[in-house]
Amino acid sequence: MATETAFRVEDKLFQNRYLVDAGRAHIKVRPHTTPSAALRTLLTTCPARCYELNDKGQVEITADGCVECGTCRIIGEPTGDIEWNYPRGGYGVLFKFG
Amino acid sequence: MIDERFDAIVVGAGMAGNAAAYTMASRGLKVLQLERGEYSGSKNVQGAILYADMMEKIIPDFREDAPLERHLIEQRFWMMGENSHTGLHYRSDDFNEEKPNRYTIIRAQFDKWFSSKVREAGALVVCETTVTELVQDAYGKVIGVKTDRGGGQIHADVVVLAEGVTGLLGARAGLRKIPKPTEVALAVKEMHFMPQEVIEQRFNVKGNEGAVIEAAGTISEGMTGMGFLYTNRECVSVGIGCLVSDFQKSGESPYTLLEKFKRHPSIAPLLEGSEVKEYAAHLIPEGGFKSIPQLYGEGWVVVGDAAQLNNAIHREGSNLAMTSGRIAGEAIFQVKSRKDPMTASNLSLYKKMLDDSFVIKDLKKYKDMPQLLHIQSQNFFLTYPQLVNKAMQNFVRVDGTPKKEKEKMTVKSFTSARSWAGLFGDAFKLARAWR
Repeated sequence: MATETAFRVEDKLFQNRYLVDAGRAHIKVRPHTTPSAALRTLLTTCPARCYELNDKGQVEITADGCVECGTCRIIGEPTGDIEWNYPRGGYGVLFKFG
Repeated sequence: MIDERFDAIVVGAGMAGNAAAYTMASRGLKVLQLERGEYSGSKNVQGAILYADMMEKIIPDFREDAPLERHLIEQRFWMMGENSHTGLHYRSDDFNEEKPNRYTIIRAQFDKWFSSKVREAGALVVCETTVTELVQDAYGKVIGVKTDRGGGQIHADVVVLAEGVTGLLGARAGLRKIPKPTEVALAVKEMHFMPQEVIEQRFNVKGNEGAVIEAAGTISEGMTGMGFLYTNRECVSVGIGCLVSDFQKSGESPYTLLEKFKRHPSIAPLLEGSEVKEYAAHLIPEGGFKSIPQLYGEGWVVVGDAAQLNNAIHREGSNLAMTSGRIAGEAIFQVKSRKDPMTASNLSLYKKMLDDSFVIKDLKKYKDMPQLLHIQSQNFFLTYPQLVNKAMQNFVRVDGTPKKEKEKMTVKSFTSARSWAGLFGDAFKLARAWR
């Protein structure tokens, strides 16, 4: 079920245009050993499924497919779990329709 | 980068920012507008419905060349059950008027057009530039901005923060708080393309006519939320949104919710055979009147989504954005015309003018509504829609049960799901919040 969902989200993101700022992720997850409740929430709430668990059970982000909605900022910035910035000007998602 | 000094810097080129920049530039102010997208619109997401009246107050003849999709002649509210919906439709030929009241638009295209008007009015519009910091003097007065293009500070008498719902600058400078999960909804949306004739047949419209479906009920799984279908010329915008705090609590994923909504037997036939060309997500301010932050200060004002100006009950966001942008622009022009400094006390004129407009009056009217709907989401978004759909089925299905017994069954289903006291209490609270 989980893989089916993951596949579908990637499919959705595939429709979008992006200009990825290689090597400059605009969102960073604070290093941790066990993820906080806020971080675990991001696994399901992020609409682009950018957050995933790694083998060690830590939450990681791959921001390439980020649609810049800011949901993770609302949840994870006040708790200090993530550091959130906009991508540099011109980079990130480029909506054709919006 | 830019050595000149400006009368005003506008951060952001959405509806609020474009309205503010246009209003000030067309009155002769020297305006710099900074936008992080490759053009105005490339980062902006909305359903989207444009309200003509508010647009006319900014650009009266916008209909002549603005990219408009369809004018709306029909509004459908659907209360969703698991495999059913109970609908309230309003359609009128009155909406086929010379100057229609509401249009669907595609934001990337509309905003690009609006931005061209801002440039024509004389503003300097610089895109692909993210503002990273507000520059404040020793007394905390905002005197300019810094961008990611380097080149130090750019100075202006006033900075208009039109940075959107997740704007960083105001929050980082301590001018307002970051919205709480209870104060914003996360909406996801897809653009489904299909031939024009197919849209016209499926939605019973012709030419440039359009229809809107807004749906609430079991589709949000008990969360405070809403789904929508908007007809554009050659595509349909389909989306669903729920409060971020509800997503947090339920562990539901927005894309799963969208897929389920699209597969609902009342929705699926409307989308059959379409080609999806984009998937977007955006936050919507939902806090209402009680979440509006401080709107002005020394050398700054905040407008649009960044100021939580959204009427969630009537689903009006962009018109509050453009109206607050226009009013901020007018207020700044007045202060400037009197050759007064952009102090907090002078800029309070913006708030005074906004208080006198429909923007704050409407938000005040519904000030208790967000709380009521958010706390009671299970009842309003799950139990009642289920009960209503069950009652409708009971009413229309002819199976030999005497009608009196049917009525009793319906009443019983309501009272057993929610006591008489609960039902009356909810009706009373809803009526009071509406008033």
